[in-house]
Amino acid sequence: MPRPHLALLAALLAASGVFALSDRIDPYYLDVLVGIGINIILAVSLNLVNGYTGQFSLGHAGFMSVGAYLSAAVTLFLGPQLLGAGGGTALAQNALFLAALVAGGLSAAFAGLLVGVPSLRLKGDYLALVTLGFGEIIRVLIQNFEPLGGALGLNGIPASTNIFWVLAGAALTVFTVTCLVRSTYGRGFLAVKDDEIAAEAVGLDTTRYKIVAFVVGAFFAGIAGGLYGHFKQTISPGGFDFNRSIEIVVMVILGGMGNTVGVVLAAILLTLLPEVLRPVAEYRMILYSFLLIVLMIARPQGLFNFRFDKSKS
Amino acid sequence: MLTVTDLSVSYGAISALGGISFTIRPGSIATLIGANGAGKTTTLRTISGLLRAKSGRVTFGGADITKLPPHQIVARGLCHVPEGRMIFSNLTVDENLAMGAYLQKDKERIARDRDYVFSVFPRLKERLAQQAGTLSGGEQQMLAIGRALMGGPKLLMLDEPSLGLAPKLISTIFEKIVEINRSHGITILLVEQNANLALEISHDAFVLETGRLVMQGKSPELRANPELKAAYLGG
Repeated sequence: MPRPHLALLAALLAASGVFALSDRIDPYYLDVLVGIGINIILAVSLNLVNGYTGQFSLGHAGFMSVGAYLSAAVTLFLGPQLLGAGGGTALAQNALFLAALVAGGLSAAFAGLLVGVPSLRLKGDYLALVTLGFGEIIRVLIQNFEPLGGALGLNGIPASTNIFWVLAGAALTVFTVTCLVRSTYGRGFLAVKDDEIAAEAVGLDTTRYKIVAFVVGAFFAGIAGGLYGHFKQTISPGGFDFNRSIEIVVMVILGGMGNTVGVVLAAILLTLLPEVLRPVAEYRMILYSFLLIVLMIARPQGLFNFRFDKSKS
Repeated sequence: MLTVTDLSVSYGAISALGGISFTIRPGSIATLIGANGAGKTTTLRTISGLLRAKSGRVTFGGADITKLPPHQIVARGLCHVPEGRMIFSNLTVDENLAMGAYLQKDKERIARDRDYVFSVFPRLKERLAQQAGTLSGGEQQMLAIGRALMGGPKLLMLDEPSLGLAPKLISTIFEKIVEINRSHGITILLVEQNANLALEISHDAFVLETGRLVMQGKSPELRANPELKAAYLGG
């Protein structure tokens, strides 16, 4: 079996191991761990777009919200009809949850396609602005759409997310992105980032590559959204605002654009940092920001990026 | 082989090419010379589909390719080495070559093309696992040409291969261009500011001036042309 597949298997086994022990772990640590896992999914999938393909997207929270709302709608509105009054067996509940997650991912991917096709002809700052605008549009739409709870959000979502789902989701995301960029097809993402004109000149359909990266990235953001909603049990449009997108972008930049290991570590670090800084209470966010600045000055190419940097040559 | 008919291109309101026509003979080396801003790069980019023509036609091997997207033009065997050694600097030399063969499905042919690239540029074989961005300028140009050769071109378009290279390296690259043309019969369209060198190795030459074709003919004849000498060859 090739290495990434072995690693995936090991990660899935580890996830079930952690799940089996989850009764004995302090719920607070479990909470943090779930947060880390969801952030890994978000950061690694955004890294495919921003890092590997070099398209600056600021709309990841938007895709996350699409997935969160759709999967919550599936379990909340379709669930009772499908599972009946008794709530169904544990297996049926998990199957429904899986279906809800996939539906959330697919709807986010579809949203990615809708945004990507017209906007990926734009470059750099312009694309960033369009994706930013998209994220806000989604948020405002949901805020004013009463069947999805409007500004109050959706409450009473079943707590289907557990540590196994999250860790398995993170492992699958890392696995998919790694295999994708290492494949012959996937080297095209890096080629588009390195030099778009040269990529076109050797015969790549660059627009298509960008759309694929966008759609795959959005899919996993949708999954992360679904996991998040079924973990917090309540979602509101405010939770998926511009700040959320920025948080994910920071993880990608800090980890090193186009470096999955780095981005995973950055996601862990940046989820832990606010927790570790809790004792300093009101100075927490100042310290957090300060540390970010220091890290960016010390390692502008990303914490764990040791590859050649074109801008420095 | 390649016929350009009355081709016009503009960037917004600014006209870059004002209706140029020329034909490239199969198996030849043709060169497009002219000063900065004459429209040489624009011509190449329009032929390879990176830019859209305002009017006019480009036919390649008898088929109209004017409106085709770049990847379909490459698939027909028209490969473009863009100006400024645009290699994939974060990929290795090996991966760059693999990207060049992106549209090739035939594994045997890819292996043959690789061997051919190594026979032309042995240096690339020594640097296979190296990240392309760390190559020297000359090696990067070799890689850019080698990558285009992996696409199995019938016509190879080179945009300023001498740009930013030391004189000794320039002559090496030009020798290689002649070798590629002779040994493999690949037709070459060369865009150069270094008109002297370009005329020396080419068969046909076209002179562009502010978006218009002002002179064309056999390269040796143009080299002797006093008008051209005064304008481009330094007296």
